[in-house]
Amino acid sequence: MTDPTPARGAGRHGFHPRDAVRWDTAVGVLLVVLLLCSFAFVDNFGNALNLSFLIGNTLPIALIALPMTMLVVSGEIDLSVGSTVGLSGAVMGKLWNEGMSIETIIPLCVLLGVVCGLVNGLLVTRLGLPSLAVTIGTLAAYRGIAQIVLGSNSVTDFPQQYLTFSSDRIGGTFVPQAAVPWAVLLVVAVMVLHATPVGRALFAVGACEEAARFAGVRVKRLKLSMFVATGTVSALTGVFWALHYASARYDNATGLELSVIAAVLLGGIDFDGGKGTLGGAVAGVFLLGALQNVMSLVNVSAQSQTVVTGVLLVISVLAPRVARQSAAARARRGTRGPRKPVPATS
Amino acid sequence: MSVTSTTARRARALAAVAVVSVVALGAAACGGTTKKSTDASDASAPARSSASADPSAPLKKGLTIAYLPKQVNNPYFTSSDTGGKKAVEALGETYKEVGTSSGTDTAGQVSYVNTLTQQRVSAIAVSAQDPGALCTALNQARKNGVKVVTYDSDTNTNCRDVFVSQASAEDLGRTEVQLMAKQIGDKGQIAILSAAQTATNQNTWIGYMKDELKKPQYKNVKLVKIAYGNDDPQQSFQQTQGLLQQYPNLKGIISPTTVGIKAAAQYLSGSKYKGKVQLTGLGQPNDMRAYVNNGTVQSFELWDPAKLGALAGYTAVALASGQITGTPGQTFTAGDMGSYTIGKDSVVTLGKPTVFDKSNIGQFHF
Amino acid sequence: MTMTAKPAAAPAGSATGSGGFLDRVLKVRELAILVVLVLMLVATQLDNSAFLSEQGVKDLLLNATILVLVGVGEAMVVITRNVDLSVGSVLGVSAFAAGEFLRGGGNPVLGIVIAVAIGAGFGVVNGLLVSLGQVPALVVTLGTLYIIRGLDSVWFGSRQITAADLPSGFVGFGHDGLGAVPWLAVLTVAVLVVAAYYLRGYRGGRDLYALGSSPEAARLAGVAVRKRLLTAYIACGALAGLAGALYLARFGNVDSGTGNGYELTVVSAVVVGGVAFTGGSGSVYGAALGALLLTSINSVLPAIGVSSVWVQAIDGVLLLLAIAVDRVVALRVAALLRERAAQTRSAHHD
Repeated sequence: MTDPTPARGAGRHGFHPRDAVRWDTAVGVLLVVLLLCSFAFVDNFGNALNLSFLIGNTLPIALIALPMTMLVVSGEIDLSVGSTVGLSGAVMGKLWNEGMSIETIIPLCVLLGVVCGLVNGLLVTRLGLPSLAVTIGTLAAYRGIAQIVLGSNSVTDFPQQYLTFSSDRIGGTFVPQAAVPWAVLLVVAVMVLHATPVGRALFAVGACEEAARFAGVRVKRLKLSMFVATGTVSALTGVFWALHYASARYDNATGLELSVIAAVLLGGIDFDGGKGTLGGAVAGVFLLGALQNVMSLVNVSAQSQTVVTGVLLVISVLAPRVARQSAAARARRGTRGPRKPVPATS
Repeated sequence: MSVTSTTARRARALAAVAVVSVVALGAAACGGTTKKSTDASDASAPARSSASADPSAPLKKGLTIAYLPKQVNNPYFTSSDTGGKKAVEALGETYKEVGTSSGTDTAGQVSYVNTLTQQRVSAIAVSAQDPGALCTALNQARKNGVKVVTYDSDTNTNCRDVFVSQASAEDLGRTEVQLMAKQIGDKGQIAILSAAQTATNQNTWIGYMKDELKKPQYKNVKLVKIAYGNDDPQQSFQQTQGLLQQYPNLKGIISPTTVGIKAAAQYLSGSKYKGKVQLTGLGQPNDMRAYVNNGTVQSFELWDPAKLGALAGYTAVALASGQITGTPGQTFTAGDMGSYTIGKDSVVTLGKPTVFDKSNIGQFHF
Repeated sequence: MTMTAKPAAAPAGSATGSGGFLDRVLKVRELAILVVLVLMLVATQLDNSAFLSEQGVKDLLLNATILVLVGVGEAMVVITRNVDLSVGSVLGVSAFAAGEFLRGGGNPVLGIVIAVAIGAGFGVVNGLLVSLGQVPALVVTLGTLYIIRGLDSVWFGSRQITAADLPSGFVGFGHDGLGAVPWLAVLTVAVLVVAAYYLRGYRGGRDLYALGSSPEAARLAGVAVRKRLLTAYIACGALAGLAGALYLARFGNVDSGTGNGYELTVVSAVVVGGVAFTGGSGSVYGAALGALLLTSINSVLPAIGVSSVWVQAIDGVLLLLAIAVDRVVALRVAALLRERAAQTRSAHHD
């Protein structure tokens, strides 16, 4: 049970939960430091308009990061979220052009998201296919369907009050009106993941699926519901995206999945599952968003921002592993005791 | 898993679907907001500046003019924006250029408009990827005191102050068809290789091309397809291939985009169709020189993009200094390019396009 | 993924027996793709008799060469149960670097070597990160994808390489050939054959399969994990670099956006070709066929008059089918292996 020499590749068993909190806290602190420095030194950062831009631009990633965190914690992944966003927007645009009313279109798009999530979930849980491969397939399939639905058209003439809602702020504050639904979802997600048996089950499944199943967790149902949640939120984000940027195109949000995963991993969610907190994920999302906003303001090109994102991503996965390996090495030295020769295990 | 829980689960799922459908249908039944109902009540744009123009106002110094082309890694826009830079800096203002690397990233263009608004630039010169997508962002910019000039590709008229047009759209569309028809002997199938399906300028020109083709002397020239290469070299290349596979008897391709014509020329010159399928459109002399010399292309046309960028810059500075407000009829001086008058729909036109062929291509270096 | 796989434990007799069976299964998989491909081409030719003309065949082969090259490299990495998502960005950077070199008047052969070297360099970085850091390859190569893409844009900005900048011989090499067989295709087939031979006949190649089947067992059996992973990643990067140079020759146009998004096409081609993400199965021939299939769809659709908006959806469905088929086959094979192992054990107990 107490194995001081964790087997390679099974790091999660020899990993102390304290480490997860440390990383999350570090990211949170980094975010606060960045914000403070930007308020002080970066022109045009600290006013309400810019902060609302920051939040508004980060919202799509922040929205999808919520269910994605729970999915990754349970040991799965969904790479098709960007395509679901695009498909939802494309369907919205197409139906709008056909004359359907917007009040009907939006619930239909949400239903579409449920279906997309169901397809992913059923393929993974019923057919036992690896989620990485399946969602790469649905990434292409959903994007392809979006292209068939809308072609190369873009739909931009949505009703003004919806366009305004998606880009306006609350009164004179810096909070975009669209951030309110997100905040509600955030509260729900935090409660589910960290304060309910469902959340604990997710961690258990991510840590060791076999053990969780033997402990009575309905693994398949749990994973299916996570995929459905991811699909639904992605479709909702698709509607928001089309309204926020006033443009529904089949190629909206191409590559969004990579940004969501980068942000979530940056926030300390372990890719193998079983570890992480939503606070960390949200901190990761806004750290990346704020960083990009600041870099744009100081005229760092979008391309250089890409480099920074990549470096952060690599560091965020390397650092915990390196820390873990050195901690394991230290632990091994500790258990050896004085002058007891031990055959090398590596 | 027990049978009851499966049934219960199914029942819950069905219930959820039912609720959503009822809500949707209910909303529909109540009328709801549709395209038709919003077309009637068009979005009100901020009224044109009520301050009257002062033609004798001095040009302000220290302004920042930001260029936002359709695509930054596109040599056509590099030429135009370099011309703009020269003009803007000659007036003592600050120049800056931002933009997306894809010609179909409307969300990216909207983000840049927002960033520029945030940085409180004096004016934005933008070539719009889509006529409507930028409107909310541009009008917010104008509300915050930023002047908006569109160049090369326009937005809807209520989202910008002035549109700087390269040449009369009608001139361009009709002369393209005339060039092509002459090359194929007024007979045969032709196709168009365009850029993005939503690009305003493309669609305007294609409209005039179709209109020109209705004339009696072109009754044997048939337009069989419009393909979209999205100003991406590889896509344009593959679309050209696709055109020739779908229509093996194609006689000519018109490509009114500098990226498309280059890709099509590259494919044609390396295939059996070289010289057999005619290619014309809008291209830059430096790009097309190799293909004119090896016989793939006979002639094509363009304006000077650097002059277009410069004119956009002068217009932006004049707007930001209060010399003009964008109302038709106003005039201003564009540096050493002379004086220009704002026409209908607040459009300023640069001039006429130039036709390039083997005889004169050596004189141009852009 | 099964806990019972013990590669060194099975007695020699049943090993060759099951090896032969597995080989047969794999061959069937590749044969299936070949059959689909041939059927598709024949059906299109029947519909549009100009499709398989000399120019048409040449175009089909040329379109596929780039994807086949990168696919071969990617297959080597996927076989080890890893992935390399940075191939698209590497292709773009190498193409541009080679282009800049040629624009300055360099020798075309040297230009190709430079491209390969740059690709191999990035392969070293990826390989080190994955093998030393023991981080999931998906995440690491995602990070290097961003980094290389960003560096590419920063380095090259809004510059462009056009055909006018390149020596005409180089551009000619990009589309000339012997009748309907272009030089690029000959080169690609040569690379393919060499790679397949290495994977089948050399210890290093076989070790890649072992790594993918069960990393733990391979390590215990003495496979030099780090070295093999590095080799796979370097090969992948080098081939992406070579593909970049050939891209330059074929299309004559490179800018800072070249190669963006290509990684997903490559991964699709490889999976459709039978190289499953679970590792340890598939062959480079399969990956090449998968690449040929995917690029042919691009040409087949316009030839029969179907709009090319259907391409991506078809690709996605093919990918899902391939994954499902591979899963079913893998389950059957695992069950069969368990059965044989049980038979052998009971035979020994008698």
